[in-house]
Amino acid sequence: MSARARMAAALALVAGLAAASLFVGVSDVSLSGILQGQDRDWLVLVESRIPRMLALVLSGASMAIAGLLMQIVIRNRFVEPSNAGTMEAAGLGLLVMTLVAPAAPVIAKMAVGAAFALAGTALFLAILRRVPLRDPMLVPLIGLLLSGVLYAGTSFLAYRFDVLQGLLAWTQGDLSGVLRGRYELLWLGAAVAGLAWFAADRFTVAGLGHDVASSLGLSHRRVVALGLAIVALVTAVVVVSVGRIPFLGLIVPNIVSLALGDNMRRAVPWVAVSGAGLVLACDILGRTIRAPYEIPVGTVMGLIGSAIFLVLILRGGRRAA
Amino acid sequence: MPHERRARLALIGLALLAGGLILAFMTLGARGNWDFVLAFRGRKLLGLVLVAHAVACSTVLFQTVTANRILTPGIMGFDSLYLLCATLLFAAFGAAGMAGLDPRLDFALNVAVMIGASMALYLWLFGGEERSLHRLLLIGVVFGIFLRTLAEFVQRLLDPNEFMVLSDRLFASFSDIPPQLLGIASLLIGAVTLWLIPRLSRLDVIGLGRPVAINLGITWRTEVLAILAAVSVLVAVAAALVGQVLFLGLVAVSLAHLAVGQSAHRYVLPAASLVGIILLVGGQMLVERVFAFGTALGLIVEFVGGITFIALLVARGRR
Repeated sequence: MSARARMAAALALVAGLAAASLFVGVSDVSLSGILQGQDRDWLVLVESRIPRMLALVLSGASMAIAGLLMQIVIRNRFVEPSNAGTMEAAGLGLLVMTLVAPAAPVIAKMAVGAAFALAGTALFLAILRRVPLRDPMLVPLIGLLLSGVLYAGTSFLAYRFDVLQGLLAWTQGDLSGVLRGRYELLWLGAAVAGLAWFAADRFTVAGLGHDVASSLGLSHRRVVALGLAIVALVTAVVVVSVGRIPFLGLIVPNIVSLALGDNMRRAVPWVAVSGAGLVLACDILGRTIRAPYEIPVGTVMGLIGSAIFLVLILRGGRRAA
Repeated sequence: MPHERRARLALIGLALLAGGLILAFMTLGARGNWDFVLAFRGRKLLGLVLVAHAVACSTVLFQTVTANRILTPGIMGFDSLYLLCATLLFAAFGAAGMAGLDPRLDFALNVAVMIGASMALYLWLFGGEERSLHRLLLIGVVFGIFLRTLAEFVQRLLDPNEFMVLSDRLFASFSDIPPQLLGIASLLIGAVTLWLIPRLSRLDVIGLGRPVAINLGITWRTEVLAILAAVSVLVAVAAALVGQVLFLGLVAVSLAHLAVGQSAHRYVLPAASLVGIILLVGGQMLVERVFAFGTALGLIVEFVGGITFIALLVARGRR
């Protein structure tokens, strides 16, 4: 199969999953009902099912791209926003906004979340700089611990101010609350993630390291900063809209790179499509396995993601750096 | 020997501090009926002391067996393993089967399963090829996440009513130590401690590492598996009483090493327990008096412990 045909097949698969996602759920929506123009079916479809499907596709694709970008810029295969302090810091920022300015519009909350996410990533990098011995396994390890510390700090604040319930909205990726009017910010996130594609060659060069990139005439610092800003923004958008989806940005780029190698421009479309497909599949699984109850997509993803991450650590890691 | 004297002095100092804190915990701000106050606080105190001792001992033993001062059962996912075992047992028997069962019997069953499961986990982690410390740690941390998420997944598969019963049984915390388990927990921890006392010097030899210990006449496999069984019991007791405490053991044992300045188990083990008691009883007082119950001890332990662990890793990397 040519590369183009394979891509077409992948797109068709994701489209199929997206279509399936429209017809899964507590409330029955049937194709015949929609074709006959039944009001109730249309209402559920337009207000709930389509927004949910779009939210899944957008957040899946943009989180996967954010993970890939982070891995290239930090030069470690096993980092992603949920194990580099980024996602937890974004949650902390959202919590701070809830406490300080509860009436602020979502976009303002998101902006503060992104600023915190960037600061969290900067803290992570500052700690890494203090460890001269760059064992590739040490990087995600420190990131996971830092994320745990940030999470404990956030819960501590939430406990103190009695908003633990609200915190759950961001700590657990859950799409059951997605309705029309509540997910549109994700378009912005996807657009920002799309920027990564435009600048892909720069990031690929920056991924060769400071010295090589500089000798090729690239301002390494600036490109890395741009990359991490994109990651922070995407993460904040996803966390504020649907909550934490752990490990997605880790496993998708790793699996894609096993097949395609490390050229970012070639990898981005595949990463985006696979990310969207994986999240759609996890959500459908979470909605059907225990119907009429739902298992949040964050839990399903956490289970599958940690299992695959474990396999990745066990089987190799020689090519991790 | 000056070393011995320093260690002994450190132990006495820690014991005095722990004793003072316990006294303060029992009496500070008490008003009204002493019978009630003492019984109420005594139960809480017993829970905290049992957890501190269990976590500290299990960590020291685990570090001895693995000949490494950074690995702890909490970090390597053994706590999460307990949660998963308890969840799976519950799911297998169902709420109807479990509701009739005495919580103590249920707990004993969990401990038995836990011993088997943690042996398997240990052999998987340490039995095969040599792995670098960082990879081992990463495997442990990620496996812990996997086990926790799996437990959560299974819990979500349960009927919501059954889930309520399970969460009553399983989700203990420092502010909510199940009183009905205190008796059996004391019994188990007491038995393990008595079993350990005559073995203290043998533990010193095991801590020298596998080749040296075998050379000095230790039947390695038998000894290590017996120690692991003890670790499993201790971990299970702590997890059943207060849930997960990932970093408490690491902090307590690191501080204990700093305090006694040598690695002989007859000093390190009691010192670690005392430090654990000081941290937990002192922390609980902090939570109750300073924060007016406005926070949870578990969160503070996680926060401080996580920072300590990162600092330890960074310091190791620099050497």
